[in-house]
Amino acid sequence: MVDTFSAVIQRPNLLTFVIIFLWGFYIMVTRYNLVKKLIGMYLVQTSVIYFLVSISAKKGATVPILFSATESVQAANYANPLPHVLTLTAIVVGVATTGVGLALCAAIYRRYGSLDEQEIIERLE
Amino acid sequence: MIFSFEIPLLLLLLVTAAGAILVKDLISAVLLLGSYSFFLALVWAWLGAVDVAFVEAVVGAGLGTVLFLLTLFGTAPKDTRLRRPPPSLVTLIVFPLLGVLLLFTANDLPEFGDPNSPASVHISPTYIEQSYQETHTLNVVTSVLMDYRSLDTMGETVVIFAAGIACALLLRRNA
Repeated sequence: MVDTFSAVIQRPNLLTFVIIFLWGFYIMVTRYNLVKKLIGMYLVQTSVIYFLVSISAKKGATVPILFSATESVQAANYANPLPHVLTLTAIVVGVATTGVGLALCAAIYRRYGSLDEQEIIERLE
Repeated sequence: MIFSFEIPLLLLLLVTAAGAILVKDLISAVLLLGSYSFFLALVWAWLGAVDVAFVEAVVGAGLGTVLFLLTLFGTAPKDTRLRRPPPSLVTLIVFPLLGVLLLFTANDLPEFGDPNSPASVHISPTYIEQSYQETHTLNVVTSVLMDYRSLDTMGETVVIFAAGIACALLLRRNA
């Protein structure tokens, strides 16, 4: 138990990820306003991406752009580029899906005149 | 170096995320979400992921905030429900349990900034050391994104195209 606690304190990236992920997920489940749910979804997406990128960090390393083309390259001097590539794709796709969700919100508002989940359900019946 | 700027930046991240969640007025919440995106870009730039930071600042903080604001100006900018019923028992049990489970994995994860973490020793040194000979690009992220994994990038553009078509169909005037 004490071991786990000190391990969590030594990994603040994990702690931040867990707090934002769970809070965003909780907002998605409990709030009734559809835009608020999308804000929670955005927080969940970005927290997972943040955790992936934080794994790529190395102590004493710099950005993954090579200094010179002629000298031999030491991999320990540059941050791990592979999580960066994966998350570049994930950010753009995440914003695109959020855009589709917002377009759905606008269409729902035009049809039912509300963004509140309960009111929409009442008007459906 | 790793711990000097980290704690204040992560606290700012948490505070802006909390603001985006707790504020009642949805336009203020969306603007706080934009500032959260900018702080996230700052954290990433400081972790060495400059390309990701650029994309987050432009696409996440810029385009995402604009999309949220456009939707809110077209619809209701207030959260009309001032009083919510208390959350159900299932959520009160499941979410703390999930949090404890996620934090329990901390023992097995590599330390923050560890150069010998499994993600950094398996294949990524090969990409860093070989990419200039093979692609003649100094930026390793660009060479992986546009050369080794260019088919994935094409799939990404297909997803964005599909999302654009879906938005256009949903927002037709006479839908």
